[in-house]
Amino acid sequence: MSAPVLETTALSKSFRLPGRLAPALREVSLRVPAGVVTGLIGPDGAGKTTLMRLAAGLLLPDSGAIRVLGYDASRESMAVQSRIGYMPQRFGLYDDLTVQENLDLYADLQNVPPASRPTRYDELLNMTGLGRFTRRLAGQLSGGMKQKLGLACTLVRSPRLLLLDEPTVGVDPVSRRELWHIVYRLVEQEGVSVLLSTAYLDEAERCAEVILLHQGRVVGHDRPAAFSEPLRGRSFSVHQPGVLPRRLQTRLARLPGVLDATVQGEAVRLVMRQPAAPLLEESDLATARCEAVPPRFEDGFIDLLRGDTEMQPGLQPAPHNITSSQAIRVTGLTRRFGDFVAVREVSFQVSAGEVFGLLGANGAGKTTTFRMLCGLLPISGGELSVAGVDLRQAPAKARARIGYMSQKFSLYGNLTVRQNLEFFGQAYGLRGARRRTRLQWALGELDLAAFAGAPSGDLPLGYKQRLALACALMHEPDILFLDEPTSGVDPLARREFWSHINALADAGVAVLVTTHFMEEAEYCDRLAIMAAGEILALGTPAEVKARALGPQARSATMEAAFIALIESREAA
Amino acid sequence: MNRRLRGLLHKEFLQVLRDPSSIAIAFLMPAFLLLLFGYGVSMDASNVPLGLVVEQPSAEAESFVGVFQQSRYFAPRRFPDRASAQQALGAGQVDGVVVLSGDFAARLQGAGGAPIQLIVNGVNANSARLLQGYVEGAWRNWLERELDARARPLGQPVMLQSRIWYNPGLRSRNYLVPGLVAINMTLVGALLTALVMAREWERGTLEAMLVTPVSMREVLIGKVLPYFVLGMGGMALSVAMALWLFEVPLRGSFWVLTACSALFLLVALGMGLLISVTARNQFVAGMVAIIATFLPAFLLSGMLFDINSMPTVVQWVTHLVAARYFVAILQTLFLAGDVWGVILPNALALLLMALLFLGLARRRMHKRLE
Repeated sequence: MSAPVLETTALSKSFRLPGRLAPALREVSLRVPAGVVTGLIGPDGAGKTTLMRLAAGLLLPDSGAIRVLGYDASRESMAVQSRIGYMPQRFGLYDDLTVQENLDLYADLQNVPPASRPTRYDELLNMTGLGRFTRRLAGQLSGGMKQKLGLACTLVRSPRLLLLDEPTVGVDPVSRRELWHIVYRLVEQEGVSVLLSTAYLDEAERCAEVILLHQGRVVGHDRPAAFSEPLRGRSFSVHQPGVLPRRLQTRLARLPGVLDATVQGEAVRLVMRQPAAPLLEESDLATARCEAVPPRFEDGFIDLLRGDTEMQPGLQPAPHNITSSQAIRVTGLTRRFGDFVAVREVSFQVSAGEVFGLLGANGAGKTTTFRMLCGLLPISGGELSVAGVDLRQAPAKARARIGYMSQKFSLYGNLTVRQNLEFFGQAYGLRGARRRTRLQWALGELDLAAFAGAPSGDLPLGYKQRLALACALMHEPDILFLDEPTSGVDPLARREFWSHINALADAGVAVLVTTHFMEEAEYCDRLAIMAAGEILALGTPAEVKARALGPQARSATMEAAFIALIESREAA
Repeated sequence: MNRRLRGLLHKEFLQVLRDPSSIAIAFLMPAFLLLLFGYGVSMDASNVPLGLVVEQPSAEAESFVGVFQQSRYFAPRRFPDRASAQQALGAGQVDGVVVLSGDFAARLQGAGGAPIQLIVNGVNANSARLLQGYVEGAWRNWLERELDARARPLGQPVMLQSRIWYNPGLRSRNYLVPGLVAINMTLVGALLTALVMAREWERGTLEAMLVTPVSMREVLIGKVLPYFVLGMGGMALSVAMALWLFEVPLRGSFWVLTACSALFLLVALGMGLLISVTARNQFVAGMVAIIATFLPAFLLSGMLFDINSMPTVVQWVTHLVAARYFVAILQTLFLAGDVWGVILPNALALLLMALLFLGLARRRMHKRLE
């Protein structure tokens, strides 16, 4: 094997925050091989971006060494920078320049001689499909097109090593698939080595090698198949006709020896601690059928992370009695911003006790729909009732019954966990004994008591997410709105979060959740797939897949269904 | 010029052209401030409402009152007695009251002289002092005329003959408008530059740029040069408006003015870059730029308020305000001429500050994200 393109030895890096030192990378030693795609996988805060920036010479290590293409990235950063391509998370595009002007700027910055530009531009524009849009301002491109333009800009001078920092996060599945095609082509035709970071575990299987980062440490580095190999014989799929998969999952998670249980389609995927099938002896599981399935990459990751810790039990909320069975009713909802239609004629209903998902890429109109449902944004047309109340007539009355958890968890970072909970309790009008009981409930049930006095800004992301959920639940709302609640958190925290959601739904709470994680769509009872402000398909996960791919699509992924829906829409 | 720098300059040019807020800060705000200060704000008194009480009408009293009625500084109102005049003063209908007592005419002929009473509303100390001065001036003028007319020699052995140089009409516009050139250049140099640079941090474009083989010197020149040109454009607009719209004289050399402006603009750019390197966020950068550069240029530069009448500690602080040196140069160049004794030391101070701020900005900006 040829020399590695990137090599670190005992690389450490910390960031100075007010009052403390936050370690981002701890003694990381790794080698990224030449000529293949290496995946850097881990949740937010694992140290992916820090490693990328160190490799690009944008940060200096505290200790240890990092060599890129044979150069010391901290001392010879100019030499490194003239040989690599680096796409930061936000693509680094100038919104008020056109596609062509952005390309020209990066060609100038990379000192590409004018004579060689036209052929390179043609190649890049063909590859990315941006040829028709050269005169459009970058700010007016869709998320997927921006991502491809960002990639083209880093490729104007053919680099030897390409660093891509979370290029696929929040981008629609079609663009994601296209990006992967481009990356493979670069590797095959131009011999580029690629280091790509991602929070999507399903992308690991597309890489030749995977480096698993968790809390600043390398927890695994191997071929993706090697991660799932030890789990052979421990993965099963359980199906029980007539039982809601979500309920079956909650039930199976409590069985002895179960390491992990997730809903997949109409079945539940189990990973066992030992290579033995689960014991489905109890009477309520008599009709369940169990079959062995090949392990996935994610199973291996969970196995590595969970170790011996038990699965957290879900919440046990008091039952809610919603008078109206239609907790949320939306008909012909439309929202315009000037000429731009962000949401077009959207209709759906959510009943009490149901988990309803809005699935779509960034810019599909999910958040706009959400804000209208919460009464935060006036509607341009259509009808909207929440908890039986027309939002236009009595928004305050409706809001008192809504719990809202916003994207990025809007918490007060410099208030402590307890102060945040007290504040949200007060904001929802809780007083005296009730507020104290709810506070105790939140600290206890969501396991926040150990952090009660800590500033919420210093919490790990998973705990922030829990705290945000606790704040939204202080007033025991009948309806819960969750906007991208699991974005960036690690898979364990995501599972735990979903178990809370399931428990709430079982107690009669109507839950509306948005997500861009395709596999999370499987956890919803019903869902709507949105693109460009419209609903493309609506129904149970199985119905949506059947609608998109035909009746044989039972075992297909939601991502495949999404891609098929978008393609048929574009063809129409 | 190398290709990278040319690319950066071209990009900046396109961005300024397409971003209406840059144009607004560079040209509309200066024009607005000039119009506001040129027409709206005046430190001169005119048409001051003044109450007149003549307790015993006489030829002398009427002749004295006539002075006020003819003056463009006053808008006099007659009151029958002291009490009603004082009431109007309390109600804010008049800013001052002049009372001629019943024995005015009689005592005027006598040896002791005739006193007049002036009551001034002192709430606004500045306009109170102005009013007092105007009334005293009017009184003195009337007295001289009276004595002349009666061919009697003036009783005073020493006479004050005042001449006002450089701004004989005492038009406040003449010293406010030149000072505004400094304010306008602070807007472009510090505020706009801090904003556009912080925007590059905020949007992540700088991160992508820093990974290319561009040097920090190129990044710095790529920012300074376009906004230098923009700032000089704003200065040309301000000077043109001063000369032709507000008819402020320019007695010094235009080229000295241009050179000093360029020097001051470099200071402002240095401050703007330094702020954005430290703040990295448009909102914070904007606030810091306004508090650290724009407000001091307004309040502590001597453009609005005389530095010599400030408390000593504040006077020391003004030495840290670059606009102070530039305002001194501007007022001298516009109203007095090429007075090298004023221009050279102030220009030297500007040069030192330009070197300091640009040097600090260069040191603080390196190709790292920390």
